[in-house]
Amino acid sequence: MVVKRSTERTEKEVEYTRLRIPFGPVHPALKEPVLLRISVRGEEIIDVDMTLGHVHRGIESLAEGRNLIQTLYLIERICGICSHSHTTCFIQALEEIGSIIPSERALYLRTLIFEMERIHSHLLLLGVMAYEIGFDTLFMFTWHVREKILDLFEKITGNRIHHAMNTIGGVRWDLTSQMAGEVKAYMREIEKSTKYIHSAFTDGTVEKRICNLGVLDYNDAIKLCVVGPTARGSGVNIDVRKDHPYAAYDELKGDFSVITRKDGDVYARTEVRIFEVFESINIIKAILDRLPNGSIRPEENVFRIMKRIPEGEAVSLVEAPRGELLYFVKTDGKGGLIRLKVRTPTFSNLLSLKRMLVGCEIADIPVIVASIDPCLSCTNRVTIINQEKGKSKVIDMDSLRRMVRRKWMRR
Amino acid sequence: MKSPWIFHLNTGSCNGCDIEIVAAFTPRYDLERFGCLLVGSPRHADVLLVTGPVTRQMLPRLIRVYEQIPEPKVVVAVGTCASSGSPFLGSEMVEGPVDRIIPVDAYIVGCPPRPEAIARGIIMAVMSKFR
Repeated sequence: MVVKRSTERTEKEVEYTRLRIPFGPVHPALKEPVLLRISVRGEEIIDVDMTLGHVHRGIESLAEGRNLIQTLYLIERICGICSHSHTTCFIQALEEIGSIIPSERALYLRTLIFEMERIHSHLLLLGVMAYEIGFDTLFMFTWHVREKILDLFEKITGNRIHHAMNTIGGVRWDLTSQMAGEVKAYMREIEKSTKYIHSAFTDGTVEKRICNLGVLDYNDAIKLCVVGPTARGSGVNIDVRKDHPYAAYDELKGDFSVITRKDGDVYARTEVRIFEVFESINIIKAILDRLPNGSIRPEENVFRIMKRIPEGEAVSLVEAPRGELLYFVKTDGKGGLIRLKVRTPTFSNLLSLKRMLVGCEIADIPVIVASIDPCLSCTNRVTIINQEKGKSKVIDMDSLRRMVRRKWMRR
Repeated sequence: MKSPWIFHLNTGSCNGCDIEIVAAFTPRYDLERFGCLLVGSPRHADVLLVTGPVTRQMLPRLIRVYEQIPEPKVVVAVGTCASSGSPFLGSEMVEGPVDRIIPVDAYIVGCPPRPEAIARGIIMAVMSKFR
């Protein structure tokens, strides 16, 4: 009898203390809008649901009404962080349909920009990671290092963010020997700075904050089909650069290794990204040593090439900084598109958030969400709604961050 | 006004402008030396930076955020898509550009604009409105 009464009380307690927290969709700093509905019992997260589509601009349907060159510049605007990955993936599909083989030098230059973009993206995330755990000094330092990569982009392509490097059959800008020397010098500096960032991340306090947090084990990673550094942090050895080499990666296979970690926690994912920066620097050094001579693009007018691309379809894969990026392209043979389908890596990774967040505390949300490097942009306000009493309480991201910091101090 | 506080709203931008705005606050450009501060709530802000072509889902949120900012306020459209809607014009999902929905005081064009341009845009908008 006594036992029965006690269980009744617990059930009632659970009902009363279950809260739903909408997380997002407005945030001033970095992430695109996403709305996470988080149910909590006390501090513990028990369920996660999400709403997407706040940045849905209808790019796929817009592309179907434009010609291939216009589409090339449109799809670059899908993402401001991995714009080169998107254009490379699209151009590869077009080149396969039109059986156009770019020159060796063009492929190497594509790979060079690709790896520079990976460094820029990973440094950006490491800075955000540092910011989310309350380490503002490291955030500022990391973003200061990142400016060097942006300088290089500007020197090579003329743009800091949307590089507009790719064109059908090659690339648009060449690398002079003087610039190659500069890239090498910058790489040495970035390597030194990244070593410093790594030593800051191996500091005991940071380790304590992000170790054993948001764990995604190997089997779950396989089941949820996560990709990129999120998968590699859980010990899944996948990397499109090794598995299905594209651009110049076939010849550069020996110059880099796939970084994996077994723990599957936030620390493992962060560490994978730090070491991938070193691997990218190795690839860039190899590219600069072995850069073949030749033309970078066909001499012919690009519109004439575009008109010659026949009707056909192709699937293309690249390893974007966040993981596997997939394009399906179907052309109409008159310089236009019938269908364009984009599957971005964050879309695959987002679902794993549920597995990572359940069991953690409210104060861990920003850290875990940042750890999958979501390509999302506005996640600032949090509303805590007590459904039972019908009261709601709005917490902004700053107070949430204060909670994060308090938790950090406690440890 | 001596120290404009800034709220940034992404209404469907590609992240390019958003990153450049944050970059404007990091050591190389350091907008904070002008007293600017990126705040987390529109109720604390004087300046609203809007990026993106305003998607259908973000339209009511843009209006709500605009109404939450206390008067006097300055709205700055950052980026080509926020200023003119291009290259997303013609899409079913795009309701913008921003000046079709809320009054805009300054336009910063560029895809994305450089952090220097963002700094200049904010300073000019604040100077013209508050002096």
